[in-house]
Amino acid sequence: MLGAYRWMALSRTTDERCLTLQRQGRIGFYAPLLGQEAAQVGCALALTAEDWIFPAYRELAVALVRGVPLRAIVDQLVGNSTDLTKGRQMPNHFGFREFKFVTASSPIGTQITQAVGAAMAAQRRKEAIVTVPFFGDGATSSNDFHAGMNFAGVFRTPTVFFCQNNQWAISLPREKQTRSKTLAEKAEAYGFPGVVVDGTDLRAVYRAVAEARARAVRGEGPTLIEAQVYRLGPHSTSDDPKRYRTDAEVAEWKARDPITRLKAELLAAKQLDEAADQKIWDEARAQVAAAVDAAEHAAPMAPTSLFDDVFASRTPRLEEERAEFEALGRGGSTGA
Amino acid sequence: MSELTLVQAVNRGLAEAMRADPNVVVLGEDVGVNGGVFRATEGLFKEFGESRVIDTPLSETGIIGTAIGMSLNGLTPVAEIQFLDFIYPAFDQIVSELAKFRYRSGGQFPSHVVIRSPYGGGIKGGLYHSQSTEAYFCHTAGLKVVIPSTPADAKGLLLTAIHDEDPVIFLEPKRIYRSVSGEVPDGDHRVPFGKARLVREGADVSLFAYGAMVPPTVEAAEALAKDGIQAEVIDPRTLVPLDEAAIVASVEKTGRAVVVHEAARFCGVGGEIAALLAEKAFYSLKAPIARVTGYDTPFPYALEHLYLPNAETIAHAARAAVTAG
Repeated sequence: MLGAYRWMALSRTTDERCLTLQRQGRIGFYAPLLGQEAAQVGCALALTAEDWIFPAYRELAVALVRGVPLRAIVDQLVGNSTDLTKGRQMPNHFGFREFKFVTASSPIGTQITQAVGAAMAAQRRKEAIVTVPFFGDGATSSNDFHAGMNFAGVFRTPTVFFCQNNQWAISLPREKQTRSKTLAEKAEAYGFPGVVVDGTDLRAVYRAVAEARARAVRGEGPTLIEAQVYRLGPHSTSDDPKRYRTDAEVAEWKARDPITRLKAELLAAKQLDEAADQKIWDEARAQVAAAVDAAEHAAPMAPTSLFDDVFASRTPRLEEERAEFEALGRGGSTGA
Repeated sequence: MSELTLVQAVNRGLAEAMRADPNVVVLGEDVGVNGGVFRATEGLFKEFGESRVIDTPLSETGIIGTAIGMSLNGLTPVAEIQFLDFIYPAFDQIVSELAKFRYRSGGQFPSHVVIRSPYGGGIKGGLYHSQSTEAYFCHTAGLKVVIPSTPADAKGLLLTAIHDEDPVIFLEPKRIYRSVSGEVPDGDHRVPFGKARLVREGADVSLFAYGAMVPPTVEAAEALAKDGIQAEVIDPRTLVPLDEAAIVASVEKTGRAVVVHEAARFCGVGGEIAALLAEKAFYSLKAPIARVTGYDTPFPYALEHLYLPNAETIAHAARAAVTAG
């Protein structure tokens, strides 16, 4: 439990620092997961290193629990030459092959069918693993949610659909997303179980995911988990939630902050005291500061990397465009 | 060598690839028990079983989305989209996901999916069983776009696509699925991408055509020969990557160019070839570049014979090119 609390503290600290970095113009964009820490950490802890993560763009805490070094995440936020995704995407769209954490994209829901396909491959290859697509309440209206849920039901794939219902899809409230009473009940139409879990309760999330994972690995098929949480922050740094929701609503959920909740439990169980708590947060701040400092001092991406990874190798046309780019003097180390 | 139709050559290529590599799987609508609505996957279900020849629910985004996931986890999926006209529910998966996976992940997650789809008109299919929309895919970085016009190329390009490391849109000219047959090499016959096929040599005018437009273009060249005009016919075979060198070299020789495709003219592949020639063969050109294409209308049903290029309209454009300038 204390380990989970540390991950949540590191995640919260990273979020807060990144929101500041964005305001200072040091990173271009950021999408915080404020309020969703227990859901993400609880889910990730219930999985094994061989399970596949198909994230949306808010799954920073999942990446941390997987073991992704914070530095590697911050490299992506900065988009420097040590960023494993080579500065190709906006912040938050990271991916790490070594950790089976697939590179996120921005279109909503597309990772859901992909996760089901990876699970079909696991069936064919007789791997005892699960694949986990992460998505929000908004994605349950997407084409790929329907297609992915349907394929998973038909082929009984080892997939744990992990929906973080954070109540808002940018400005659209959950009740305007669907007439369904819960998101979890949609699973019934596809022929497999859907469960609602309090996403601010770390233990409840862990148990739900562990059960769904065990079912899947036993060959009993997929599960949809709806973790009910609240997006305490903006959709992203480009969003102003005051335009569409009240401070009172936010305050109500702020009182259910999953980190405050877990801390109270740990204090009550005497697994934590205030001094130890202070140390956890101080360590997290130091860790984040070190990662940001290192990432900001790394070299920028080489300009000619623009032409790499379109295909396995450059086509004659890409070679020609690259040569033209260099002839204009744009291929130097700083670019032009 | 075996004498096969184009669709039989596709079938042969699939079967041989699946025998050679247990990770190759086929998925799509009606591809299993039924063997595909054009019979391109006939016999595969019986030989390889339902875990490798997968009848999917009716969802193109489901087919391509799951195929991408399979490719990330070690399989080589060959997905069939029953008609190119029905590919659009999967467009997001193709252009936003498949085409960009390698790039956006910095090379960590390449996704190799082959998407086969019958395309093109001339079968009385109306609006939704006839279109040639290859340009949409050519315009998206990260996709290779392949169109065979002979049985040998159908098998050879398909095997190259399956052994490639990149996403491939493999478009099959359904109008000539059975009307064209020819010798197909047995075994692991592969035709390289980015190498045009010289269909017919000539010194007076270059005719560029692919897919189902190759036979009427050859017919036009034969008619022109009777009038003493020697037309060169070149089939690029792969639109991405495009054998630009072969196209430019031909026009450097002939000085005259006609591009033929059944797709609509505006922003079609013909425009790209014309631009290429304007950039790289301008001083060799003796006449304006001509395009013989479908019209910029939706694909018609009753009037499709007037919509599609044929040997007469191609020969007419070639004669005009030869007599101009």
